[in-house]
Amino acid sequence: MKIPQLSLFVENRPGSLRPPCKVLADAGIDLLSLTVADTEEFGILRMIVVDPDGARQVLTAAGFVVKVTEVLAIEVPQRPGGLLVILDALEAAGQAIEYMYAFAGVTYRRRVDGRAVLVFRFADPDAAVRALAKAGISAIAPAELQS
Amino acid sequence: MKKPCCQAAPGGFHPESAPDFLPRPQLRDLQLARLQLSVRNAFEHVALFRARMEERGLTADDVRTLEDLGKLPFTTKSDLRDTYPFGMFARPLAEIVRLHASSGTTGKPIVVAYTQSDLDTWASVMVRSFAAAGVTRSDIVQNAYGYGLFTGGLGAHYGAEALGATVLPISGGNTERQLMLMRDFGVTAICCTPSYMVHLLERAQEMKIDTSKLRVGVFGAEPWTEAMRQRIQAMSSMKAYDIYGLSEIIGPGVAVECSCQHGLHIFEDHFYPEIIDPETGRVLPDGEEGELVITTLSKEAMPMIRYRTRDITALETAACGCGRTIRRIRRISRRSDDMLILRGVNVFPSQVETALLAVEGTVPHYQIVLTRAHGLDEMEVRVEVTPEVFSDNVRALESLHRRLEKSIEQTLCIRATVRLVEPHSIQRSEGKAKRVLDLRQSSS
Repeated sequence: MKIPQLSLFVENRPGSLRPPCKVLADAGIDLLSLTVADTEEFGILRMIVVDPDGARQVLTAAGFVVKVTEVLAIEVPQRPGGLLVILDALEAAGQAIEYMYAFAGVTYRRRVDGRAVLVFRFADPDAAVRALAKAGISAIAPAELQS
Repeated sequence: MKKPCCQAAPGGFHPESAPDFLPRPQLRDLQLARLQLSVRNAFEHVALFRARMEERGLTADDVRTLEDLGKLPFTTKSDLRDTYPFGMFARPLAEIVRLHASSGTTGKPIVVAYTQSDLDTWASVMVRSFAAAGVTRSDIVQNAYGYGLFTGGLGAHYGAEALGATVLPISGGNTERQLMLMRDFGVTAICCTPSYMVHLLERAQEMKIDTSKLRVGVFGAEPWTEAMRQRIQAMSSMKAYDIYGLSEIIGPGVAVECSCQHGLHIFEDHFYPEIIDPETGRVLPDGEEGELVITTLSKEAMPMIRYRTRDITALETAACGCGRTIRRIRRISRRSDDMLILRGVNVFPSQVETALLAVEGTVPHYQIVLTRAHGLDEMEVRVEVTPEVFSDNVRALESLHRRLEKSIEQTLCIRATVRLVEPHSIQRSEGKAKRVLDLRQSSS
């Protein structure tokens, strides 16, 4: 199951994260997870929020450049080698990971204690879903996300 | 006062436009007669001009043909500064009915004067300008040029009124109000700087304001490119026309584009154009690129003889599809007053624009920032990231960044640092776009 992720262009300078976060706060939209990919000059702020459509609208209206991409949020058993099961399944199917980061939002409906959640971005998310399903791994559905 | 307008005919013709279509020999006769009067006016009433003529052993009687103009001295912007405030006037203040002045940011302001007859001439060339761009008395013209000492606002105002159009004298600034009135009044024509038009259209899109009634835009007061015209036309339903003028000559309405949008017809019966080599001052033949020099043929209060505009262009003589016989000047691609000299290399902001266009497909908002580090000039080009080029992928953005730098280096033969910046982070000006931020004095 794919989850929409919002990407924003931000300059690499003090204070540049505040304005978009303020826009989301004012609109009452919760952040579930975020990461910043940074270069010397600019960064890409990637976010998973409870209301992606609403977030995209308020951010665009506030003048930000926003792109929506699809990512997978996958449960990983929290024990040594827990991630390897997933990586093996992806490798076997020839799926390269473009980037990944930990899911910070701690609650979702079928959460099982002792598991972490990672967010993955693939060039072809559908193929990645199929590869993981074959290995018995399912991604978290958008409807399961809660704040 | 100016006589009320007549009914404008379709196809960009207005009764006032008749001199646009004069047979060339007749036009030349008119030009010579007026030139002789204008030179005599300057010789008899402007001490600076008289002294320069006498230095060369010339009097007003030495102008017997149009070619004799080449013997006369040039007038420059510094002449106007040096004689501040009234030294270039050829009429006593009692006969002068209007003064305009430049902002004076680079020193003493420049003052220009008009008699009532000069104002009538100005309104007339502005009527001819609007008519050439297809504006008629049925149009509602939003005049978003600044009113006041700047010639843009009042020049366009009196011209649009004399044409018989309905004028909305809103002046510059207050973008939301501009858009609200544009929508509520059903504005069909607009005049302002091209960069402000882009800003207005961007805000209109954000505010979801319908601008589809706009059909004509007349833009000037700053150099702009064909790419910017295409952008304005793509963002709206209007045709965008270039208008040229300068306060020293009269204000807007010296030259304008017709529906062919291929060069600007110069109103040669009032403003005699020459193209010179800016280094040697030698007059160049038609078609060759050089500095535009203009002699006013009818101005009473402040005749300008061979005024060096510092604008680089060429005279086009090929027949125009619109039927006008007056010559055209090519779109002013460069102004020597915004020419930058960077480590000895001449750089024009329009070249940076061309380089950005080559990569992005459209011209983004950009700003050139010049600094000096360790005695060496550095150029940074700040480019706003648009939704079209933004990617979630860091490598894709870095590749865009590299391509922009490479394109600038290939176009200008000079290395610049490109910095991708957030949308709307470059300050929008309500008048002329501030494309260049020169911090070299303060950082050297």
